[in-house]
Amino acid sequence: MNWFTQILSISIFNLRAIPERKGSALSAAFGIAGVVLVLTAVLAIAEGFKKSVTATGAPDVAVVLRSGSDSEMNSGLSRDETRVISDAPGIARGKRGPLTSAELFVIIDLPKRSTGTSANVPLRGVGENAYDVRGNIVLREGRFFEAGKNELIVGTGAARAFAGLEVGKSIKIGPNTWQVVGLFTADGGIAESEIWTDASVLQPAYNRGDTFQSVYAKLNSPGSFNEFKDALSLNPQLKTKVERLNEFYAAQTTMVSEFISKIGVTIASLMACGALFGALNTMYGAVSARTREISTLRALGFGSGPVIISVLAESVVLALIGGVLGAGIAWLAFDGYQASTLNWATFSQVTFAFAVTPQLLVQAILWSIVLGLLGGIFPAIRAARLPIAAALRET
Amino acid sequence: MKFLSLVIGNLKRKKLRTVLTVLSAFIAFLLFGLLCALKEGLLAGVNIADADRLVVRNKITLIQPLPVNYKNRIATIPGVDAVAPLTWFGGIYQDPKNFFATIPVDPETFLDVYREYPISAETKSEWLKTRNGAIVGEALMKKFGWKVGDIIPLTSPIWGQPEGESAWQFKIVGTYDTTKKGGDTSSMYFRWDYFDEGKVEQKGLIGWLTLRVKDKDQATAVAKAIDAEFANSPYETVTEGEGAFASSFAQQVGDIGTIVAGVVGAVFFTILLVAGNTMSQSVRERTEEIGVLKAMGFNNGLILGLVLAESCAIALAGGLIGLAMAAVISAANPFATVLPSFNLPDRDLIRGIIFALVLGLVAGAIPAIQAMRLQIATALRRN
Repeated sequence: MNWFTQILSISIFNLRAIPERKGSALSAAFGIAGVVLVLTAVLAIAEGFKKSVTATGAPDVAVVLRSGSDSEMNSGLSRDETRVISDAPGIARGKRGPLTSAELFVIIDLPKRSTGTSANVPLRGVGENAYDVRGNIVLREGRFFEAGKNELIVGTGAARAFAGLEVGKSIKIGPNTWQVVGLFTADGGIAESEIWTDASVLQPAYNRGDTFQSVYAKLNSPGSFNEFKDALSLNPQLKTKVERLNEFYAAQTTMVSEFISKIGVTIASLMACGALFGALNTMYGAVSARTREISTLRALGFGSGPVIISVLAESVVLALIGGVLGAGIAWLAFDGYQASTLNWATFSQVTFAFAVTPQLLVQAILWSIVLGLLGGIFPAIRAARLPIAAALRET
Repeated sequence: MKFLSLVIGNLKRKKLRTVLTVLSAFIAFLLFGLLCALKEGLLAGVNIADADRLVVRNKITLIQPLPVNYKNRIATIPGVDAVAPLTWFGGIYQDPKNFFATIPVDPETFLDVYREYPISAETKSEWLKTRNGAIVGEALMKKFGWKVGDIIPLTSPIWGQPEGESAWQFKIVGTYDTTKKGGDTSSMYFRWDYFDEGKVEQKGLIGWLTLRVKDKDQATAVAKAIDAEFANSPYETVTEGEGAFASSFAQQVGDIGTIVAGVVGAVFFTILLVAGNTMSQSVRERTEEIGVLKAMGFNNGLILGLVLAESCAIALAGGLIGLAMAAVISAANPFATVLPSFNLPDRDLIRGIIFALVLGLVAGAIPAIQAMRLQIATALRRN
């Protein structure tokens, strides 16, 4: 019998024997399923969070803040400064002039649907060109707000996460009452966690005089960014900081994404160790239960190589079953699950959906194969090294 | 106790298997301990909050300010013992990664309301004499190796720098420690009058106020009275207990409790399977021996007890080592930049030990009952 056939026949023999050891086989498989489930779920949180914040950072949109500020909340630009910025080269032009939107960013308190306690929700005052600048705002229900009125449009993420934001409802912020007139989506991006209104109505409501906090500008092309940035830094009237939108978003979320990833990987690694011990236990048990069978095979002439590979094959098959089970449950239960959390950079809520991406699923299956291999290698070597005569005698 | 040698002897029979099972339990309880410390860290503010302290903030949102004269107006409301104004400075020391809390306060009222930060009389008088004086928490002093008398430059992205200067300069006049377990000593408190004079915008405005009530049963009534006082003014307020205020931040991060419970549940279930499986294997292998013991006169209850003792021993061994390691790691706090407080509370340690016992009992239950029910003749015949 050649080498390959030996492996096949022993492996099939082993695999057929699994139902006899249902208990330990199941425990190893479930152990690995558990690891894969937790790992996938936690990494899906990190992926979903990153996706919601960076997905719509278009490369041809730039955001301008006051120099020295690390977020819109800390920035401040006067109306004159926003005019000077709008006149800079590199900006695309629309029917009404340069495509820029001078914006305000504040926070309001609303109760979160899931916990009932209040949370910080971003409220953004935008300019009339905001939709053309962003390019991906789509109205889903109701209508856009009218300039000059106390009207709001709400991102679908925010509407899902917070109570009281349906079209037609009104909310009271300080002394003013605002009417929700529409719901919008933004390709799953961060704007969906926000509430928008006219900047000129928001300014007096928050005693901001005639100041803004940021200017969003649509550039002629991604390449015009440098021209735009240089023009602003050389201008003595301005002390500003210019970034591409996707880089700006990425910087805003690093702290939270890193925190979640770090915790996720720690938990998953620890669980993987635990599952590894479970798998090792099972496979050692399998080998010792079949000592006589294995030595009989060896006595018959099967090489030690095929024995090792067959034990490994068994271990990997069990691990794969567990891995597929865990990944499957993670995908069914968690993909698209809506959640929201606090983005420390903006001190307000960001809504996102758990994203169980194909890469994550592949990663999960790979983890389970690795665990299967690691869990099988030492028992396999022990099986191959059994002294045949002594083992045949063992009960 | 005389059967202890039997139990230990059985455990030593297949050393590798015992060790692997103990290791699985160790991992499970290490995770449990770390997750409890994480939950504690995220909910830290809630647990050290005082039942007799209230927080007053702008009704619209915490980031909107309040006028500084609210301090005097609140002090006149019946039931209020002491009021301290605070503001979020958001100062950066050299690099944003070195983040720590920096808060301008009024020294007298601050120390009166926050009695858990006792400072010496000399530090206090020094602070009152030095306009740009600051007190720094013990943990923070150690982190940067500062000494009393050092001048610390800070920049503030929120407030900008004082007119004509590139940074705020604060002189350390002393340190503070906390009398509460798990309390925070990684912040810096300096004088609000120096801050108000130096800042370019929003003069005369503070962030929020913390107050102590004379009688904690009156807390709700006092809170209502404060909010009524400022209703329909340009700066309306919302007053809530310190615990509720702190927990609203934790709630914003997410439902931490449920997530932790979910992960811990998954981990324990997995370990249960592993340990249970080990115990079943071990009992099955010893059928003949159990038969001999029964023939010798060991009664059913004793057999049950022996098997259970074995599984509890494994679970407890792994559990105790895991919890101990978790306690050591949390004391070292690898998440210092994000979670200043990360420790394993005693009650979770005790809970962990109880869980270990329960795990051992549940994992060993079925094998133990099987062993108990073995018929002597059948057992002796099996080989």
